[in-house]
Amino acid sequence: MRKIFVTASVLALVAGAALADPLRVGIAAEPYPPFAAPDSAGQWVGWEVDIIHAVCAAAAVDCEITPTAWDGIIPALVSGRIDVIMASMTITEDRLQTIDFSDPYYNTPVVVVAQKDMGMSATPEGLAGRVLGVQVSTIFQDYAQHYFEGQTEIRTYQTQDEANQDLASGRIDATLADSLAMDPFLASDAGGCCVSLGPVAMDEAILGRGIGAGVRKGDTATLEAINRGIAAILANGTYEEITSRYFATSIYGG
Amino acid sequence: MLDGLFQAWPGLEASAALLSLSPPGWGANLLRGAANSLIIALGAFGLGCAIGTAGALGKLGGGPVTRDLLAVYTTVVRAVPELILILLLYYAGTDLLNQALGALGYRPVEISGLAAGIGVLGVVQGAYATEVLRGAIQAVPRGQIEAARAYGMNAVQVFRRVTVPAMLPLALPGLSNLWLIATKDTALLAIVGFSELTLETRQAASSTRAYFTFFLAAGALYLIMTLVSARVFGWIEARYRRGHAGARA
Amino acid sequence: MRALLQPHRLVLIGLALALAVWAAVALRWDWIPRYAALGAEGLWRTTWLLVLSTGIGFALAVPLGLAQAAGPRVLALPARWFCTLIRGTPLLLQIWLIYYGLGSLFPQYPWIRHSDLWPILRQAWPYALLALSLSYAGYEGEVMRGAFRSVPHGQLEAARAYGFSRLAVFRRIWLPQALARVLPTLGGETVLQLKSTPLVATITVIEIYAVASRVRQDTFIIYEPLILLALVYLVFAGLIVLAFRRLERRFARGLG
Repeated sequence: MRKIFVTASVLALVAGAALADPLRVGIAAEPYPPFAAPDSAGQWVGWEVDIIHAVCAAAAVDCEITPTAWDGIIPALVSGRIDVIMASMTITEDRLQTIDFSDPYYNTPVVVVAQKDMGMSATPEGLAGRVLGVQVSTIFQDYAQHYFEGQTEIRTYQTQDEANQDLASGRIDATLADSLAMDPFLASDAGGCCVSLGPVAMDEAILGRGIGAGVRKGDTATLEAINRGIAAILANGTYEEITSRYFATSIYGG
Repeated sequence: MLDGLFQAWPGLEASAALLSLSPPGWGANLLRGAANSLIIALGAFGLGCAIGTAGALGKLGGGPVTRDLLAVYTTVVRAVPELILILLLYYAGTDLLNQALGALGYRPVEISGLAAGIGVLGVVQGAYATEVLRGAIQAVPRGQIEAARAYGMNAVQVFRRVTVPAMLPLALPGLSNLWLIATKDTALLAIVGFSELTLETRQAASSTRAYFTFFLAAGALYLIMTLVSARVFGWIEARYRRGHAGARA
Repeated sequence: MRALLQPHRLVLIGLALALAVWAAVALRWDWIPRYAALGAEGLWRTTWLLVLSTGIGFALAVPLGLAQAAGPRVLALPARWFCTLIRGTPLLLQIWLIYYGLGSLFPQYPWIRHSDLWPILRQAWPYALLALSLSYAGYEGEVMRGAFRSVPHGQLEAARAYGFSRLAVFRRIWLPQALARVLPTLGGETVLQLKSTPLVATITVIEIYAVASRVRQDTFIIYEPLILLALVYLVFAGLIVLAFRRLERRFARGLG
């Protein structure tokens, strides 16, 4: 009697556990245009979403897009809540100690976007005494804490968009982010306040070597499937076709 | 009529367009988020009441060890912020469950975000519900229970026929408070990325930059939920207080 | 003390100590020295946010409660609407509305950036303090309404009969008794306010929860920072409860 009760209550907790499990691909629940953002119908659209579908189709696996809070996305992968992370996550040594990465699928420079006409530059001296905003759990936060902490006040935000919002309202003087993600902001009305100061000094240990898909350590089956998919779409032109829909030039970065 | 209003207040028309129910308006997203919030709140409240009943009975009639463990449970949950409990239970809870299942030889189960949210908030609600229900059960006049026992009813019958109807009016104010807390705590699930009303609002506000519009709309939706709930609970309380002496506010 | 020495309690305490010892050796705590200074700063910020927001909130709650209990409708209704609004919407939404909503207005009024208030307006803690204070005021306004109503009316009438002015009645009879009756509830509400403080981490205020988040992000350790954080809050809540018990013993003696 009790066994039935226990089994029934365990089953009651399980919703949607299918036998032929689709691969749960974690993207950030916070909008990150033009890579992944929800539209007004609640569907996720963007370059990265299209790439995820293309990679899964090329690797012949069933994928299920699973929005997950960005600052808990690695714990979600490690604890098995999701199977892959494809959320514009940079491949860095620190992260490689906890998870494995696939081959990179894009790479773009990291830039400082700052208020116009305030004499700042993308260097520690140029930002001394200023307020810099970055998104938590990103290479940008790592870089800022490594190079700018002490001379510059660093504020961390849950999403890049909140940092942009504070940049537009003037609460922060600059932000450090991916140049492609900042382009839509600079082109918008709110972005009229600001200008890109160009890339920061490169540090591959912190800024990593491109964006890759994260998988659990030792999950070689998934890793190989993702790599197969990435190689396939690069070879057969799907990658270029998707990129041309969102960007003017290739973002693979080589 | 609306046209006059739109002319008098520029920007209102743009806001109304943003909130419209069909795309490109975000109104449907917000309503979907509100529905999700209500479902989680209902599930959490129900689970909380179930845990609370068991906890109250345990605290009143259980052995010393049970009482102490329940005291630890209620103290910890009432002292530690819900946000931290949600994070701990969300990751640790599913982790431990899967490890336990693995040790027993079963495959790890995937617990959907909805189930995890309901589970976590239900555990938090359960601690408060334990205290509310314990106070209410203790306030049932002992004479009624003794009379029921004298008539030969067993414990379950006494509970079902005497204790529960008598303690409901006493528990209702506390329970209605808990329900309101449940509806508002669902907003915390936005921080773990579960798509309920607050997260949908933030996503809509980010995409359209109309922060005030969407936050005010979400506030209005929450307020409607709260006011309707208060009215419903008031009606339930009035119905259950019929024939109760000395229950005036 | 005798309550603690009962056999089953001793066993439970022994088990708890064993669990603590296991946790101390088996889990990772090497990050503590590195982040101790930041943790102290976060703890300080949590403390002053809690103290100031409860202080300001309570100062607002007394007039709100009084207006609802005894005021004319023109004062009582807005007070009631304010309390309903605050209690009917989630605190997280209120915090984001105040911080990002007001922030979105700044670009439209460029003179704000050049005003003297700008160094304060561009930081996050004023908004956090404002949101937390308003929230406390909304909930305590309701509590104070009940407290003011619960003071026996006969005492107030007797004081008026003795010729006390309205202000003297309030200051010497109504307010002290209402406060004494409300102390137990206030203790619980202050603990609830403590539990609300982590939400301001979402608007870049570095309080103790934000420090724990930073440790988790820097080191990828999932549980240990959260466990230590839970312990800190437990201790903090315990201190608040003890403080209010002492206040109750001192001020709520002989309450009819």
